Amino acid sequence: MTTLISAKQLTRYYGKHCAVNNVSFELEKGQIIGFLGVNGAGKTTTLQMLCGNLAPNSGEIVINGFDMQTDPKAAKRSLGYVPDTPPLYKDLSVQEFLRYCAQLHGVPKADIAAAVTLAETRCGLIEVSERLIGNLSKGYQQRIGIAQAIVHNPDVIILDEPTVGLDPLQIIEIRNLIRELGQAHGVIFSTHILSEVQELCTDVLMIRQGEIVLKARIAELPAEKSLEALFIDLMQVQQ
Amino acid sequence: MNMIVTIAAREFKSLFLSPLAWTILAILQFILAFLFLTQVENFTLLQPQLATMENAPSLTDITVTPLFGNAAIILLLVSPLLTMRLICEERRNKTLTLLLSAPLSNAEIIIGKYLGSLGLLATIVALITLMPLSLLIGGTLDFGKLFANVLALLLLSGAFAAIGLFMSCLANHPTVAAMSAFGAMFVLWILDWSAGLADKPSGLFQYLSILRHFQAIQSGLLATSDVSYFLLFISLFLLLSVRRLDKERLQK
Repeated sequence: MTTLISAKQLTRYYGKHCAVNNVSFELEKGQIIGFLGVNGAGKTTTLQMLCGNLAPNSGEIVINGFDMQTDPKAAKRSLGYVPDTPPLYKDLSVQEFLRYCAQLHGVPKADIAAAVTLAETRCGLIEVSERLIGNLSKGYQQRIGIAQAIVHNPDVIILDEPTVGLDPLQIIEIRNLIRELGQAHGVIFSTHILSEVQELCTDVLMIRQGEIVLKARIAELPAEKSLEALFIDLMQVQQ
Repeated sequence: MNMIVTIAAREFKSLFLSPLAWTILAILQFILAFLFLTQVENFTLLQPQLATMENAPSLTDITVTPLFGNAAIILLLVSPLLTMRLICEERRNKTLTLLLSAPLSNAEIIIGKYLGSLGLLATIVALITLMPLSLLIGGTLDFGKLFANVLALLLLSGAFAAIGLFMSCLANHPTVAAMSAFGAMFVLWILDWSAGLADKPSGLFQYLSILRHFQAIQSGLLATSDVSYFLLFISLFLLLSVRRLDKERLQK
């Protein structure tokens, strides 16, 4: 087993407010971690720190053996990140945009066309390949956001609420895609849909007010209690 | 290096995807062509007198120098519009995340963005240079002086782009970035005037004035001190922009 993400004692303050407090976990190849928590619990902050978009106040992040603090370029090379708002240039066509993303991630020139086509196929974007991103529906834009993160075939894929705004069929497609990606890569994604975690993930991580309250394998969860009941229990303790 | 070229090329192409770049090119060209025509007209009127004078100003002095001087003033007004969106808009549209999570250093992002916008400004300078070159059909030009003017305008637009980029890193809204960039450039432009107001001119203000260095190069006196003023100016603001982008990760 290769460790793809190793986060140690991450802490992040916004002013005096502590958004993430002493969070540690690991992600290994072949794992899909579902990241759960109520709004404002610190999910997005944690994911942003993992991608190097936000510097932690303390703690250490190692991606695929490279420290995010001291060797950010090497660490980011193994990362694909889908933020909660997909970062899209609306005046480009899907193909142009994915080509640019592949270039930014250092995909060799000769492989770019193939990488773009593969990402488009995986995310069901082939038929809109030539269209301008700004003219596409939210569902398509969300899928372009995912395509952008997998175009360079990264080892680690981080998704922030990837299934928001998709229709039921698309949700199933994206779940299948995540499952497929999870076999050869490591995936961590945040979500509010508990059933998604139950059927898709190998592991679950729950965060409450910036602190990890549950870190477990899905298979090892107590059988008599559903994930939903567990979530409600854990989240209500502090209230 | 590769990444810088990628970002610069993307930025340059993006400018042409919106009507902004085309509009600016068209309007600038129209205004400057009109001013240039007036200068050529002037020259034909003055020609009989010039023929009798000793050390008379040449065709280049009468047409090229005012043309590039006018172009500098117009670029002062226009370049903030070109640079205001560089970082600011990416931050607003949340696309900055794409660059920040890609394996790029902040210096690569900043220099790429800078070169992309400089590409458009260089295109403008090239189009302006075509006007005096058209005089070659019926006259001769002092190429040394023309070169000095082109260089002066290029350095000046380089400085404008750098300060505009920095303001775009600071501001949260493109119009704020444009206004601050214009303000900063304008102050540097007129600094020289206030230096002349007092009885004895202030050496510091004179040195800081961007206009003085621009005109010095324009006159054909290519001094290292003037060229290095611009290069220092550009490096300083690029460095500040990189620092500002570093801060993006620390605070939000």
